[in-house]
Parts: sequence; C-alpha cells; structure tokens
Amino acid sequence: MSQFTFDDASVRFEDGQTVGAALIRAGIYSWRTTRNTGRPRGLFCGIGVCFDCLITVDGEPNVRACMREAADGLRVTTQQGTGWS
Amino acid sequence: MSQSSDVVIVGAGMVGASCAYAAARAGLSVTVIDRAGVVAGTTGAGEGNILVSDKEPGPELDLALWSNRVWRDWGDQVGAESIELEPKGGLVVVGQPDGMAALTALAAAQAAAGMVTEAVPPHAIRDLEPRLAPHLAGGVWYPQDMQVQPMLAAARLMRAACDKGAKIMSKVELIGLMTAGDRLTAVRTTTGTLTTRHVINAAGTWGGEVSARMETPIPVLPRRGFILVTEPLPEQVIRHKVYTADYVTNVASSDEGLETSTVVESTRSGTVLIGASRERVGFDRSLSVPVIRTLASGATRLFPFLENVRLLRVYRGFRPYCPDHLPVIGPDPRIDGVWHACGHEGAGIGLAPATGAMIAELITGGTSPVDPRPFLPDRFI
Repeated sequence: MSQFTFDDASVRFEDGQTVGAALIRAGIYSWRTTRNTGRPRGLFCGIGVCFDCLITVDGEPNVRACMREAADGLRVTTQQGTGWS
Repeated sequence: MSQSSDVVIVGAGMVGASCAYAAARAGLSVTVIDRAGVVAGTTGAGEGNILVSDKEPGPELDLALWSNRVWRDWGDQVGAESIELEPKGGLVVVGQPDGMAALTALAAAQAAAGMVTEAVPPHAIRDLEPRLAPHLAGGVWYPQDMQVQPMLAAARLMRAACDKGAKIMSKVELIGLMTAGDRLTAVRTTTGTLTTRHVINAAGTWGGEVSARMETPIPVLPRRGFILVTEPLPEQVIRHKVYTADYVTNVASSDEGLETSTVVESTRSGTVLIGASRERVGFDRSLSVPVIRTLASGATRLFPFLENVRLLRVYRGFRPYCPDHLPVIGPDPRIDGVWHACGHEGAGIGLAPATGAMIAELITGGTSPVDPRPFLPDRFI
C-alpha cells in the first residue's frame, strides 16, 4: 500500500483515493485552521464545492483535500489561515 | 392585515435600504417589503463600487459626486468600519501609448465637472500599485473612488432605518395598487393591504416588472455580469480599485454582445475580485466558461502574480439598465404617490445614497442639491 506524510505522521491510501478520504480513514478529521479565529476545519461537502477542506500539499496552499488524488511520497501539511506566509 | 405608513418601499437592496434610511431620517414612517429578503438581488451580486471615475460629465456624474459625499456622511453615522467602507481611490490604467490621449481627455473633462483627477506617468504607476505589470503606458488616479461591502452596508442601513421606526416585511410581494382617482391610497401585497401615501419602486432589475404591476410601466432590463473570486491572500495586496480604460466605454455602450474590461481589487478579507463582463441575455443564470476565461486572462495581464493564485468561485448578477443608461428617480406623473428609484445599472451601490436622499427631499417638499429632472420617469412615458 502507498503512503504520504501528513505533518509528522504516515498516512496510507489506496490507488484512486483522495488526500481527504485517506486522512478521514486514518482518523484525522481536521487539517486547517480558519483565518480569523483559528477554528479547526476538515471535510464538509466532500465534492469540491465548499472549499472548507483546504490543505497544503508539497508547499502549495489551498489545495482541496477532497479533490486532490493521493500520491506516493506527497508531503501534506496542516494549513494555518490563508496558507500564505 | 392592514397597516399604515407614509411610505412603502418595494425592494430591500441597497437602493431600498438607502430610501428607507433617508425617509426615516426625514421623519417619515416607512415599511419596506421584499419578495425575498434583504439583499436577495443584485446588491448581493456585485463588487461594492462607489465610483466617480467611470462617469463621463453629465447628470450621472453630478449624482455620483453628491452620492460620494453622502456615502462618507452615512459611513460616519453607521460606522465606516462596520460596512467596510474604504476610501481607497481608483487607478485607471492604459496598456498601449495610443490609448492615453482618450483617457487624458476624459480626465480633463471630469476635472472640469468637479472631479479630482491626477495623471500618473508610466514610471510612477508601480509606486502607487506595486503589483501591476511593468511597461504600462500610464494612468489616471481618482482619489474619490471608494469601495464598500454592499451586503453589510444595505443590512446596516436597513437596521439604522428600523432604529428610527421603519419596518421590514420579507417574503412579501407587491401585487398592485389601490387608488382614489389618480391618487395612491394603498399597496396590495401577497399578505394584505398596506395603507400608504407613497410607494417607491426600488426593485432594481425587477423594477420593470414592479412598475407594470403598479400600472406605471418603465423600461428596466437585465445586463448580466460575472465576478471571479480568488483564494484569500494574507493582506490586501492590491491597494486600490484598478481597472483598464476601456471599462468606461463598455459601461456606456449599448452593444448587444459580450463586453469585458478588466477590473481588479482586493477585499478586506484578502480575496481578490475580478470583473467585469456585460451581456444582454435576459435572466439566464448559466455559467459561461468563455467569459470566465476572458476575465481571468485580463486580470493576469494586469497583475501577473495572479497567475499563481487560485480562483475559489464565480458569481453572477443582473445589472438593471434603462435604454438611455440613466437611472429612473422621481415621481411617476400617472399616479400621484408612485415613485421610481431603479435602473442604476452597475452603479447602484455608488448612487444609492443620493437616490434615497433625493426622493426623501422631494417627498417632504425639500430641494435636491442635484437637478432631478434628467432622472424623472417622464422621459419614458
């Protein structure tokens, strides 16, 4: 089975799974904090519409976890606020 | 149900809210009805432009300059910060040197009509707006241009009107009028009759339909526009309202087909708004990929860094336009007590306070600082 990293953890996934789906299966439900009050966010609609599940992938912020297909060796990290530092 | 007030306002968008606020401040009792709710129409689908820069000299510019002052006063009264009213100024730019002559001539005519304008030579343009593309031919700086969050502003003004006794009725639709001779006595709605001396048609793009139900028809038609919204950036990286000079020609044009010009600005929340398209396609809400592509490529030509910024979403709305591109403001001569305040096209947010103030002045027997005659509905009758 293939895997990517989420912060310091390894997350396994099956071919065709999205980053978001793999995180949920690994028991990880939030991976972003809101811009103003730092509240946790994860999957909401799960179909690419709501932009709630934004995450940073290989340094690229604001990727929709529900739309990005998981790939071996991706470096996925928690996104703080806008993700632009 | 029967309820009595001096004024019934049809439409709870920016113009309806401005009429309500101005009328309530003038001591009139006000009832606002909307077939949906507050800012359910075009007010909730725009950019919040308070522009003087896109107006050619004439009655609309006079109204815009007055409205600009009223916006500042109302901002002080309800809290400029609470409605994101930003006196950020506008920068109109030209890509090719051969476009400068037309913009310079327009700016000179605008200055003669009372607007503050300042020519910006090519070397100074990026001091004003650092992220702009290099090699632009020049521009004009318009310090009076402002931006507001239109939904917050309309809701805040509506609340301020309610603090002075105004009432809002959501999900209530106008059906028709009751008259005695040619004098209005009441408004018939889906939830009953409202006794009133005056009714103000502030239904924006649907003002034509409302005017027909009142049997005082005026021509108001929809002109569709799309706006693209980027992901939020950590700060307002674009400092001013920035647009290309062809925006002014497009606003004034009566062409049937698609017209686009590039209008780019940052909002308080960090997103960048990208416009502006104009199409006469009725109330068709379907998404147009070619329009989105054209708007996005115009924006990245002006601001190359946007190439690496993601779009979050697209929204669209319908500007209310009249055949002569002037709003309809004032009493309808066919029925005593009927007033129109609609057809502001893409300038409704900017022109709303002066519209409300003008109608409140005229209803209470005062005088308007701007000549109301060019806006009267009589020109369509």
